[in-house]
Parts: sequence; C-alpha cells; structure tokens
Amino acid sequence: MASLPGYRRPYPGTQPNHLHPLYRSSLKRAPAQPLIYLPHTLSEVTGPLFGAESVDVKACDLTKQGHGDPLGQRIIVSGRVLDENSRPLSRTLVEIWQANSAGRYLHRNDQHHATLDPNFTGCGHALTDDEGRYRFVTIRPGEYPWGNHYNAWRPAHIHFSIFGPAFATRLVTQMYFPGDPLIPFDPIFNCTADEKARNRLISLFDWETTIPVHALGYRFDIVLAGRDATPMEF
Amino acid sequence: MSLQATTSHTVGPFFSIGLTRLSHSDLAGLGVAGERIAIEGRVLDGDGNPVPDALIELWQANSHGKYAHPEDKQEKSVETGFKGYGRQPTDDAGKFRFTTIKPGPVPGPDGKPQAPHIAVSVFARGLQRRLVTRIYFPDEAANAADFALNRVDPARRGTLIAKKVAGQAGVLEWNVILQGAGETVFFDIGL
Repeated sequence: MASLPGYRRPYPGTQPNHLHPLYRSSLKRAPAQPLIYLPHTLSEVTGPLFGAESVDVKACDLTKQGHGDPLGQRIIVSGRVLDENSRPLSRTLVEIWQANSAGRYLHRNDQHHATLDPNFTGCGHALTDDEGRYRFVTIRPGEYPWGNHYNAWRPAHIHFSIFGPAFATRLVTQMYFPGDPLIPFDPIFNCTADEKARNRLISLFDWETTIPVHALGYRFDIVLAGRDATPMEF
Repeated sequence: MSLQATTSHTVGPFFSIGLTRLSHSDLAGLGVAGERIAIEGRVLDGDGNPVPDALIELWQANSHGKYAHPEDKQEKSVETGFKGYGRQPTDDAGKFRFTTIKPGPVPGPDGKPQAPHIAVSVFARGLQRRLVTRIYFPDEAANAADFALNRVDPARRGTLIAKKVAGQAGVLEWNVILQGAGETVFFDIGL
C-alpha cells in the first residue's frame, strides 16, 4: 500500500478558504486551527459508488415532477464530469437542487416572500453516462435576497453535488448563468481568489443543446481531482 | 491535457431538498458482521451554538477492514448490501445519529494497518469547502501507532476519538466543534 497513488491537491487560489469575512456565515463556522495535512490512504482513494439501483431515471427532468408544467423558463443544463487528467468520469452520481423561478426553495426555512410552485420540487439527480455526460431539464431559477449584508441578492444558481470515484474527489458546488448582473457582487462567488477558476462556475449558453421552440441550453462541465501520476511520498 | 478541479461552494441552508433522498443513518443492515455501534453527537459553531443545517457523510470499511470499492484489492469479503456510506443532516439541535458496525483496520502507509476509523465529511452553510475529519474508537490499542493520529498535536487527538456513553452499551458520542475551544481536528486531503 506504500505505492498507492493519491489524488492531486488543488492549484493555489482555485479553491475558497474556509474563512471569508465578507461571507458572514463563515465567521463562526470556519475552523480557527490550521488543517492537518493527510496523505491519501486506502480510506481516501476509495469512496461510495452509486449504480443504476440508486437512481430514478426520471429524476433528471425537474419539469415532470408535478401534475402540470412548472412556472418559468424551461432550460437544459448539461455537461461532462471529468477528472483533472481530462478523463471522463462515467457512472458517477450528480445531485442538484435549486430555487424555483420566483427565487423560492421548497424548504421550511426559506421565508422569502415569493410564491411556491406546486409543480416544482427543485431537486433532481442523474448518473453520468459512459462519456461522463449528464443532462437535466429544469427551470431557470430566480434570484433571491439573503441576509448577508444590506440589499444582498444571490445570483441565479443551481447547487451541484458530485461524488466521483473516491472520498478524496467529493465536490459540492454551484453553477451560475452567463450575464447575470449580480455575480460580481456575490460574496459566495467571490470567495475564490483565482478569477479564471471563479468564472468556470458560470455556465455557457449552448446552441447545440438548445431545443428549437422549447428550451435554451446551458453547458456546465465539472472537473474533479485527478489521480497523481506518481505514488504518494509518505 | 491537464484541467483544474472545479471550485467548491457551500451547500447553503436548503441542501436538504436535494440531498435527503440518499440520506440514511444505518450503514449496516442485517447480515453485516461486526460489533454494532451507534454514533451520536452534535455540530457546534464557534459560539457553542448548535449548527442545525450541517450535513454529515460517513465512509467506512466493514468489520474485516475491507472497503466496498474496487480499489480495495485485499483478499477479504464484503457482505452483500454493505456500502459503508452514511449521510445525515443535523436536526434543529445540531444533533446527528448513525448506527453502524465498528470498522476493521485498513492498510495505511508502508502497509502498516491504520487504527479503525470512519472518514467524515462535514458540509454546512458557511463552509465553502467541506471539512474532513475522522472518527476513531475508544479503548483501541492501535490508536497509539496510527499514522494520522500521530500527525496531530497530542492535546487535540481526543477530538477525533469517540467516547463511550455511560449506561448505554454500544453507544458512542462524537461531536464536531467547528471552531474555538475543543475545536475538532480537520484534515487537509485536498478538496
């Protein structure tokens, strides 16, 4: 096991820190002590795997969960899950959740005065295919206010949760929409120092996946940590 | 071509609508061998207040020290239906509870066994990246030689070791203190 290759560590600046004073919820939740560096062992290079038995194939269409069409603009969100070595990650679970078109989550703690939509739960999941592709049909989420600072509004976003092949590749993130004027003012978006890394969270408008007379397409590729070429040094 | 891993973001306060489906607190169904245990605790913030919107994920080997994963090439068996994965959101009091079996020792660096442990991810509003930690077990002689525990200041190691709950056989208490006095040790494993 001494020669077990680990997963690559993030490039400097491409991942947020835990403490970001402008993101107020981090102030009392970010650890004050430095993290302890841990080389990867069998515990980190393995992780939960989910197969077809874990998935409802209909859960990739968030517009078909009620008795009628949800309100809002229908969109297609698709992309690939790759690792840092550009290898597609097939059969990995992608979970998403989001606000409805009015900017309201179907959650008891969401007190935003906006309407709930009986035909929209805002959650979905899918397994990637052999080429690492996923595809969701959903509704463009609305922007919504939050209490972080005066007149704070979150840009429209969709939450993503991805497992990948190992405990070390687990990722939760958020996808944004191109041209959203709120993005430059969002402390959550701005937590990442590296501008290019930050901007990769903004999906691309995609003619190829746009369905004529039906739905606009947005492309969002996700990259998980890649395997080190050489074994870890202990 | 070399890519860079996508930037992590917080799960936010409303993750339960998307992540509840896979939630389950029992990691070891009938037919899974091993010592039955329950692990319960709370997630607390830097003011000692409960964190009611955290998500805990566990990853562990079975009682033989074998992971249900193809990278684990040890010639040991995994019970049908054993996944070793658990997920629970905290409740309004910041509490969580899992039932499972105590994992066996798994190989570590240089082929030396690691002390039995469970790998843990903590997600929450306010945490732009998950926090990674481990649960170790009380009265476990192997803890003394464990390579991960030995990377930790002895004064802080106790935060990684679950405690027996008096009068409740098999019940262990293990808390996540995000910040401040008694802060849990968190590991840097990359993302």
